[in-house]
This record gives sequence, C-alpha cells and structure tokens, in this order.
Amino acid sequence: MAENIKVGIADMNVVSPPDSITTIGLGSCVGIAIWDRMNKIAGLIHIMLPDSTQVKSNSNIAKFADTGIPELVRKMEAAGARRSNMIAKLAGGAQMFSFQNKSELLGIGDRNVAASQETLAKLGIPIVSMDVGSNCGRTVTLNPENGEYEVKTVGKDIKII
Amino acid sequence: MENLDINEIGTKYFDVLKEIGNIGAGNATTALAQLMGSRVDMTVPQVKLMEFHELGTTMGGEDQVVAAVYLVVEGDINGSIMFMMSLEAVNALIKRLIGTEHVGETYSDMEVSAIKEMGNIITGAYLNSISTLTNLTIYPSVPDLAIDMAGSILSVPAAEFGVIGDKMLLIQTSFSNEIDFSGYFILVPDEGSYARILGSLGF
Repeated sequence: MAENIKVGIADMNVVSPPDSITTIGLGSCVGIAIWDRMNKIAGLIHIMLPDSTQVKSNSNIAKFADTGIPELVRKMEAAGARRSNMIAKLAGGAQMFSFQNKSELLGIGDRNVAASQETLAKLGIPIVSMDVGSNCGRTVTLNPENGEYEVKTVGKDIKII
Repeated sequence: MENLDINEIGTKYFDVLKEIGNIGAGNATTALAQLMGSRVDMTVPQVKLMEFHELGTTMGGEDQVVAAVYLVVEGDINGSIMFMMSLEAVNALIKRLIGTEHVGETYSDMEVSAIKEMGNIITGAYLNSISTLTNLTIYPSVPDLAIDMAGSILSVPAAEFGVIGDKMLLIQTSFSNEIDFSGYFILVPDEGSYARILGSLGF
C-alpha cells in the first residue's frame, strides 16, 4: 500500500516508491525537496529558521536550514542515495502578513530561502526549480518515482515544479 | 530577571500566563460585546503550551483555511499578537457588523476592513489589560489580515517562538451569544519581554 508520509513543522523524512512524502501549510517556512533520480529516493524537510548559530535554542536541527539540510542529505545517503545524483526543489518562504518585516524577523521567508540556497550550494546539490515568496501558504508533495514536486495554494490551481 | 527559555517559562509560570490570558480574553469579550451591541459570553480560556508538531491539531488541521489578524507590538513589550478564527466565525461576524451575507471565496475591501477592525478591537482590549496589569507600555501597529491555511499562518508566530524554544503558547477562548465561535490569541513577546512581564508582576 502506497502511503503519503507526512512531515511536520521543523521535521524531515526520507521515502522511496510507492510512498510519497508531503508537508502541509508552509508559510514563511521552506519545504526543501531533494531527489536522487537514479535510486528514486526522496527526502523532504520543513525548516522554520535560516541559521542555527543565531539562536540559543537550537537542539532540533530540523528547525534550521543550515543544520537540517545536511542532516537530510546524510539520511538519504544512509538510505542508499548518492550525492552526485541529487537535485533539489524549493517551495515556501512566503510573507504571510504584509508588514511582517517591521518585526525583528526581517523578511523571514526570504531569509529562509536564501539560507536554503546557500546550504545546498555548499553541499553541491543543484536547485532545479522553485516556487517561493508571495503571500500565500503552500502544501507540497514529492513523488520519488519521477521527482515531481506538487505545490497547492488556496484558491489557485495545483502547480508541478 | 534573566532571560528564560520558553519551556521553563511555560512550566514555572504557567498559572501566571494563564491568568494574564484570562484577564486579556475577558477584556476582549467586553470589547466584542460593545462592537456587536449585544451580550457576549465567554468560556474560561484554555492556555496551551504546544509543541510545533502538535499545531496541526488546532483549528481542524494545517490545511484548514482560517482568518488571522496580526499586529506588531512595540514599547516595553516587543513582539507580536495574533488572533485566529474560523471562516464560519468571520462570516457570522461580517453579517452582524455589515448586515450583509458573505458570498464567494474572496472577501471585499469592506469585509476585509471589518475583519481587521474587529481583530484590532479584540487584540487591543487584550493588550490593554496586560498593559494595565503590568504597568508596561505596549504600542500595537495597524492590523494586517491573512486568510489562508492554518499551518502557513501559524508558521509566522511559530518562527518567532522558534527563536526561543520548541513550543508555542496559545490561548483559546470561546465566545458565544447569537453566534458561537472560538478564537486563538497568540502573543509572542521577545525574550527580554517575557522577563519584563513576569518581573513587573513581582516574579
């Protein structure tokens, strides 16, 4: 039986066919999908904040782009994936409230996207597509069979990136 | 008082925060009654310290579409406050305030303005009672509104709480009169502000 494995906020997981992997309601958070196209292994992480070094409470590594993404890659490698086969897709990083940048967390969505890009570049994993920014929440599902990353937003058509 | 971890604040000062929530919600109920021009009853607010992964259980799931009014606060207390409610509640309040039934998926400028104003009044009353209780000044910004998936909306205060811990403090209040609805207050003071709130109360 194929299952759609759910990844919560500040959480990650790795699947292979016939299962798929999903995370619901990305706001300023970013859902980073990594796919090994040869071994058909898919990983998904739902990060909340860009940088663990700026924060005292950093025990949950899946909360941050800089610590979570390398850990996801490690988990995928442990499951038999190879770094050289990996590609990444990003979704999320919205600004849900228009004046949110007045607060201390200046443009948190943008910073989450930037930190994800930087971390993936360091790991040598290319980003092939993105659906980021704007002011809408997103629900995403990654299919390990073909690497399709489905993005759902309220009141709009489903996008495959 | 030194800066505290949210988990520590939650366990050690839970009753204090609960009482602040109670008073704040009570004040908000009075404001709501004045706005609606009728009697509004309120149940005892439930204060919940939730792990991030449990947030999906609020408001009927992460993909449930909800409305949230969000304000940035400055002064002695810095951070933000959000009031979140179901679309059924929003539609009932619109009917009551504007007198017309809401139709369709999108909200008109008039309706958006009414929801913002209601959020403004409810959160304003809530903040006022905290300000009076603690003798601290709080300046809220103008309100902003988002209507979207609960998960994506909750990610905003969650990211703010995420800086200081892995849990989030929610205050659920049920209002009732001709319509019944429940809403969540989510107050996110920054690290130093928590200490100032508790300090001003003698802790």
